[in-house]
Amino acid sequence: MILIIIWEAISKFEVFPAFMWPPFIIPNDPGGVTVIKTLINGLISGQLLEATGSSIVRLLVGFVIAVIIGLVLGFLIYKYKIIDDTIGFFVTTLQAIPNIVWMPLAILWFGLGVGSVIFIVILGAALSITITSSTAFKSVNPLLIRVAKTMGSSGFHLFRTVIFKATVPQLIAGLRLAWALAWRAVLAGELLGGSGGLGTLLDLGRSIQAMDLIFSIMIIIGVIGSLIDNFIFVKLERYVFRKYGIQSNR
Amino acid sequence: MSADHITLKNVHKKFESKEHNSTIALDDVTLTIKKGEFVSLLGPSGCGKSTLLNIIAGLEKETSGSLLVNNKEIKGPGNDRIVVFQESGLFPWMTVLENVMYGLLIKKVPKEEAKKQAMSWLQKVHLGKFAHSMPHELSGGMKQRVAIARALVMDPEILLMDEPFAALDEQTRMVLHKELEKLWHETGKTIIFVTHNIREAVVLSDRIVLMKTRPGGIKNIFPVQASRPRNSSDSILIHLENRILTELEQEMEKVLKEELGSDYALEKDRLRDDPHNNLGSDI
Repeated sequence: MILIIIWEAISKFEVFPAFMWPPFIIPNDPGGVTVIKTLINGLISGQLLEATGSSIVRLLVGFVIAVIIGLVLGFLIYKYKIIDDTIGFFVTTLQAIPNIVWMPLAILWFGLGVGSVIFIVILGAALSITITSSTAFKSVNPLLIRVAKTMGSSGFHLFRTVIFKATVPQLIAGLRLAWALAWRAVLAGELLGGSGGLGTLLDLGRSIQAMDLIFSIMIIIGVIGSLIDNFIFVKLERYVFRKYGIQSNR
Repeated sequence: MSADHITLKNVHKKFESKEHNSTIALDDVTLTIKKGEFVSLLGPSGCGKSTLLNIIAGLEKETSGSLLVNNKEIKGPGNDRIVVFQESGLFPWMTVLENVMYGLLIKKVPKEEAKKQAMSWLQKVHLGKFAHSMPHELSGGMKQRVAIARALVMDPEILLMDEPFAALDEQTRMVLHKELEKLWHETGKTIIFVTHNIREAVVLSDRIVLMKTRPGGIKNIFPVQASRPRNSSDSILIHLENRILTELEQEMEKVLKEELGSDYALEKDRLRDDPHNNLGSDI
C-alpha cells in the first residue's frame, strides 16, 4: 500500500517522464494510461491471459521433462561410480553456466520459437535436479538400507521402496528450487527467443516504450511465481515434513 | 537344541583403508551355535562383535574362513537371518503397520494375510493400538518393539540383534529383556545378541562369547547355567558377572593403554576383586 502511494507520488510530481514512470491507479490526465488499467484491459482482451497461458504451458512441459531427466541422471550418478566421475563432473560444470547463455546456441539448433525456450527450461531445471537428487540418494541413512537388505530387498526394489522414499523431503526442496530456475528460464528464453508468451510481450513493451505494459507483466510474473510457490511447494513440503516427522524450527 | 545351526570356521576379517594400515577386525574366529540357542557376543568397543554379526547377517563378507548356516554356505543377506539394530531403523514414511508388513510383502505374502500377521505380532509386543501411528510418534522403547515385531513376523530361523537395547533407558530395557526372553521361549529362535552390557548378556543368554580386541576374536566362552525365567539377583548370575568383569578389565586396560599411552594402568582392584586371588569367593 505504502509502495503504491510512493509510486503515485513519483508519478504525479513527474520526477521521471510519464513514459518511464506511469501512474499506478490514478491517471495523470483524464483517460490516460495506468498500470492497473493496462493490466485489467490486457486480461479482459485475452492478450495477457493468452501470453500467461503459453508461458505456463512451456514451464510445465519443460519442468516435467526436466524432472524425469534429472531423476534418471541423479539415479545413474548415485548408482554407478563411473558415471559419477564422468557425467557427474560435467553436470556440475554446466550448472555453473547461467542457462540464458545457452540461448544463442538453442536458437541456432531449434530456431526462434517454442523449441529453444523449452530447451533452456529443461537445461536449467534438469541440472539442478540431477545434483540435488544424486546428493540426496547418496546421503540416505545406511541403517535404512541395511534394514531393507536384511528383509530381503535388493536392486531396484530397494531403490523404489527405500532410497527414493527416504529422499522425498530433499527431492521436494530440490524441485522447489528447480521450478524457480525453470520459471526464470521461460521468461529469459521468451525475451530473447520470441515465440509469444509473457517474455515476448515484455520485449514488445520495451520496443513500443509501453511502461504500463511492462509493469503489468512484471506483476503477473511475480504473482504466478508466488502462487506456485505458496500453493504447491510450501503445502507439499509441509505435508511431507509432517508425515516424515521432521521437526520444523518454526 | 541339538543340531549345529551356525558354524563359523577360522573366520578372518580385514578392513583395508588408505591412510592407515589395514586393521584386523576378526582374527581366526571359530564358533558353533546350536539351534534354538541364545548366544551373546560381549566385549568392549572395537572387538569386532558387530562385524561378526554383520558377517553372519550377510551384510559384510568375511576376508577368509567359512560360515555355514544349516550346513550351507551363505551368500549375502537373506530373510532367514533378520537383524535388529541399535536404532530401530523404521521407515519414517510408513505407518507402524506398514513397517512390519514390509518384509512380508517382499516375501510375496498376500496383502490381507500380511496385514493379519503384522497385526498379531504388533499385539504380541503390546503395540496393537499404535498400528496406524507414524514412527516419529513413538518412544524409543516402542520403536524398538516395532523393530522386533518387524523381524519376528518374517519368521526367521535366526534373529540377530546388534545392541538392540543400548539406546534405551534402564527401566525400558529391563521390561524388554523379560519380553524378549518370553518371545524367545515361545518361538524357539536361535538368537545372537551383541552387547557391551555384561548384566544384559548374563541375564539373557545360554552362552556368552567374550571377545577380545586388537586383533578382534574370541577370548573366552561362558555357559550360563541359571534356570529360566531368569532373575538378575540370582547368585549364579552375579558370580558369573564378576568373573566376566575381571576378564573384561584386562581387555579394557589393553584398549585404554593403546588410546591413552602405555603408562596408563587401571587402578588395581578398582572395579572388583579378582575371584582367582580370593580363596573364599568361589566356594
